[in-house]
Amino acid sequence: MKRIDPFILVSISTSLIILAFILLPLAEMIAQPSLEMLAETLADREVVRSIGLSVYASVAAAAISFLLGTPLAYLLARREFRGKKFIESVIDLPIMIPHPVVGIAILSMAGRNHWLGQYLQAAGIRIMGSVTGIIVVLTFVGLPFYINAVKNGIEAIPVRLEKVSRSLGASMGSTFLRVTLPLAWRSMLVGMIMCTARAISEFGAIVIVAYHPMIAPVMIYERFTAYGLKYSQPVAVWLILVCLGLFLLLRLVSLPPRRNP
Amino acid sequence: MIRVQNLTIQVPGFQVAGLNLQVEPGEFFVVLGPTGSGKTLILEAVAGLTPISSGQIIIGGRDVTRENPERRGVGVVYQDSALFPHLTVRQNITYGFRYQKQDRNKDPQRLRMLVERLGIGHILNRSVTHLSGGEKQRVALARALATAPDVLLLDEPLSSLDPAFREEVRRALKDLHQDLGLTFLLVTHDFTEALFLAQRAAVIAAGRLQQTGSVQDIFRSPATPFVAHFVGMKNVLPAAFNGPHARVGNLNVTLDPPLPQHARPTHIGIRPEDVLIGPPGQADGQTNTFPGQVQHVSPHGLFFELGVELNGATLSVITPGNDLIQLELAQGASVSVTLPPSKIHPL
Repeated sequence: MKRIDPFILVSISTSLIILAFILLPLAEMIAQPSLEMLAETLADREVVRSIGLSVYASVAAAAISFLLGTPLAYLLARREFRGKKFIESVIDLPIMIPHPVVGIAILSMAGRNHWLGQYLQAAGIRIMGSVTGIIVVLTFVGLPFYINAVKNGIEAIPVRLEKVSRSLGASMGSTFLRVTLPLAWRSMLVGMIMCTARAISEFGAIVIVAYHPMIAPVMIYERFTAYGLKYSQPVAVWLILVCLGLFLLLRLVSLPPRRNP
Repeated sequence: MIRVQNLTIQVPGFQVAGLNLQVEPGEFFVVLGPTGSGKTLILEAVAGLTPISSGQIIIGGRDVTRENPERRGVGVVYQDSALFPHLTVRQNITYGFRYQKQDRNKDPQRLRMLVERLGIGHILNRSVTHLSGGEKQRVALARALATAPDVLLLDEPLSSLDPAFREEVRRALKDLHQDLGLTFLLVTHDFTEALFLAQRAAVIAAGRLQQTGSVQDIFRSPATPFVAHFVGMKNVLPAAFNGPHARVGNLNVTLDPPLPQHARPTHIGIRPEDVLIGPPGQADGQTNTFPGQVQHVSPHGLFFELGVELNGATLSVITPGNDLIQLELAQGASVSVTLPPSKIHPL
């Protein structure tokens, strides 16, 4: 019999440990609440509203990233310019900054003592404790994931396709719509999934900017501190299930199509 | 017609410096150069697809230096075809139609002619991902020509093809050029492609022009040691010239015709197939005949290539198989080597 290489053995065992490390706590939590409790939680309108708000605000953040982030991702993928490395680091900043610091930074911009805050107030836009504020925070933390995914996606498209398109008479805009976009949309979808995923899991910055209206993570935290583990678990389970369904759906849409031979 | 004046392109670690080219209307012109010599940069500069530092580009009498690529009226075919993978063959070919002005050749006549000419009628509705290399390149040609450009730019269009497809696409290129009367500008590293396809050519090395002229002239009388190597004149030796003679190491070589007054060459060149090999001892008295020794013999099918040591230098010599047997040429054999005066090129 062929002997299994020790290297493969080590690789497989460490992989199993990691899988167990991720799955065990989640499985444990999902298994904890009884079905009645889950049903009861679903009847709680506050819970449904918070999960709905979480999904809505995160998808909104992804949509904003798509609209505003795509041109930047294109520039970073296609152009060489002075300061490009700097801009790339700036875009990665929201990933590194501690979440409460993000919240504090956004609040200090939106406050009454800042010109932008005054301007927003005059325009009737409230950041503190509002859905707008939640979307602003979630966009802030989700943008890097979208931009990096789309940048990589566009870089993978041969630049010669765009050059040929130009030589055939297409302007830059037309080339983007007819060549780059159809070839990059899958990476855009993946970027939006990553952005939504990151946004839906945000907690630290949200509790500072908008404790109310409550998004799901804040509600789970509140139930935990006020009533304990048992009451926070069902909400958490529903949030996980909703996210899982959402991401599975998006993954299905973004799967490469079967090619006819 | 394409005129490139004083073109300078700078990219990190490389530059094309002060290049001048003139391609006549309807001509098939080839830019020759080894990999990394800047050929593709020059082509993309003509198409407006790469930024240039200075210089002028004139296409069909119109200064297009500051024009966007979509307004230059050029077709581009790349080595890797660069077909749009998300479109069918037909959609690829007709991609540029919507940007055409009405009065221009939007008519289906041209499309039908191209499709027929290039023999791609049966694959029009296929996806481009499963085409053979030759089919891909013919589709790329049809796409570039469908919008009726003034000039067609080709970047090594044959290099990535298997030999069988290469011949097929090369034929198609030559026929299309003859029938359409368009200006073709092709860049390649393969001199035989130029010999087959082009009327005139320019040889560049490291971003600088080495020689331009008719392909035959470049082949027969290369101007610099670099061009000599490039066109297969493998034997290039440093020499000191003195009227009708050149001194190569210890050998005194006679030139015919003698060197013109103004020329200042530094090397002599001779093709491997022009060097003559004879039995040893013939050396005495004959013009340009010297004793040599065979260093290695490599078979090439119909002919053999020898390395012959001659006064410290190794000459490459091509000889037919029966010479090999008659003269008993093997490693270490003594021979006489003749360099016919009319075949020696001062470089």
